[in-house]
Amino acid sequence: MLRINGLTVSHGAIRALDSVSFSVEQGGLTAVIGSNGAGKTTLMRTLSGLKSADSGSATWNDHNLLHGKPEHHVRQGISHVSEGKSVIPQLTVEENLDLGALWRRNPSEAKASKAEVFELFPRLEERRAQQADTLSGGERQMLAISRAYMARPQLLLLDEPSLGLAPLVIEQIFQSIRHIVDSMGVTVVLVEQNAMGALKIADFGVVLNLGKIAVSGAASDLIADPAVRTAYLGF
Amino acid sequence: MSQFLDMFLIGISAASIYSLMAISMVLVWRSTRVVNFAQAGMALLSAYIGYELVSRTGNFWIALPLAMILGAAFSAFIEFFLMRTLLKNSSQGPIAAIAPIIATLGLLGVIHAVLGFIWGHGDVQLEAPLSKVGYTVGDTTLFIAPMGLFVIGFVIALLFVVTILFQKTNIGLALRASAYAPEIAQLSGVRVSGIRTLGWAIAGAAGAAAGILQTVNGTGAINPDSLEFSLLLVFGFIAAVIGGLESLPGAVLGALILGLVLAFVQIYISGTLVFIVAFLLLLALLILRPQGFLGSKVGRRA
Repeated sequence: MLRINGLTVSHGAIRALDSVSFSVEQGGLTAVIGSNGAGKTTLMRTLSGLKSADSGSATWNDHNLLHGKPEHHVRQGISHVSEGKSVIPQLTVEENLDLGALWRRNPSEAKASKAEVFELFPRLEERRAQQADTLSGGERQMLAISRAYMARPQLLLLDEPSLGLAPLVIEQIFQSIRHIVDSMGVTVVLVEQNAMGALKIADFGVVLNLGKIAVSGAASDLIADPAVRTAYLGF
Repeated sequence: MSQFLDMFLIGISAASIYSLMAISMVLVWRSTRVVNFAQAGMALLSAYIGYELVSRTGNFWIALPLAMILGAAFSAFIEFFLMRTLLKNSSQGPIAAIAPIIATLGLLGVIHAVLGFIWGHGDVQLEAPLSKVGYTVGDTTLFIAPMGLFVIGFVIALLFVVTILFQKTNIGLALRASAYAPEIAQLSGVRVSGIRTLGWAIAGAAGAAAGILQTVNGTGAINPDSLEFSLLLVFGFIAAVIGGLESLPGAVLGALILGLVLAFVQIYISGTLVFIVAFLLLLALLILRPQGFLGSKVGRRA
């Protein structure tokens, strides 16, 4: 279970997250939505260890997320796909995937994860020997998610996977994320500007506004909530 | 014809040593985004270490790999204690860009002073283990001698090992990933700071080999104020820039181009023009193709 309590994070003098508290049950998909500058990306970067917090606590089961570097958290089952197609363009598709499993000591398990990834995204298998900068935007996002999946995460943090993609591709990526939650037993926290799309596939929703939690609850309740609809879903 | 062959052989031998120097600079640049001006001093230190090891063991073939290991250890030490502290304490503002440059220049000064302090300011002599008398074909004596041939062969073997290491191993994948995109590497579980130190260590080993091979293939004389080693830094740097500063094959290609062009100038025009041509080549390249020939158009990501 992910528990966040009173989490406060600043960029210099600007407070990006102000006493944020929520928790996420194991095995669900939680969407964190909100407008630009609401603190969504800061939240993700703090949870994965890229950014340090001022105060508060964040734990995944017994593991303290506010202490240690990202490479440490990865080994405890927390993987983060950062904003903007987080792949290494100079490496091949397969090298990007291998990178995700580099720290795992068991090569046959890593191989099994790769097979799962190729089953989920057959396109990546076709292009395994190509350099990642030859991929389309959607394929890059598939590769970024797959790279994180190769680390065999329990908790997967996804930052704006829909950014800059065509609606049909977004639909496909979102379905794959849902599949990762349902069939592979991974807990996902999904940060999105595409609020409606994210809430539709999510179990729970958290709405951030200027660094604070505005509303949270079951995703279906949020979609039905008139205040959320006008402010964040635009109808 | 034999003049042309000589030009080619001079060019290749020079290029093999430039390429080691260029690889050192590229590896350091890729891992920490620092141009290490102390590289020449570190190579010179390694030449002295080689001299000490040869005079103690009496065997060059033991001294060379041992000096490379020590060179790697020294370079890793510098990264771990000097650069890491420096990057931590001055990571912001205008000083962040300048501090590493000044620090490596300072280190260069320290190394030179220490070398003079320990070994004095006169020459010491590192004897070549193989003959430097050129092979003869018919009645013409070629430029290339057993020593020179060994240098070329040894460098090719090292390049082969480095290529395998970088392209075919897990460590190599971690080294490349950390160079191109440190944050993504870190999020993938790579211990990026350790990988940085490793990059410096490999650079140190290559630089040590460059220092020793340059000495035994040249006059064998080592001097703390050696101009030869400062030139080695400059030529290694030019070779690295020709190759795009990011790319290991590029560094080797740059060294080949530079070595052959300078050999051509030396044989067909005048030895005194070598330096001028080297700098004109650097300037022309920076103006016409600043990303180098194998430089990547894909920038580094945060």
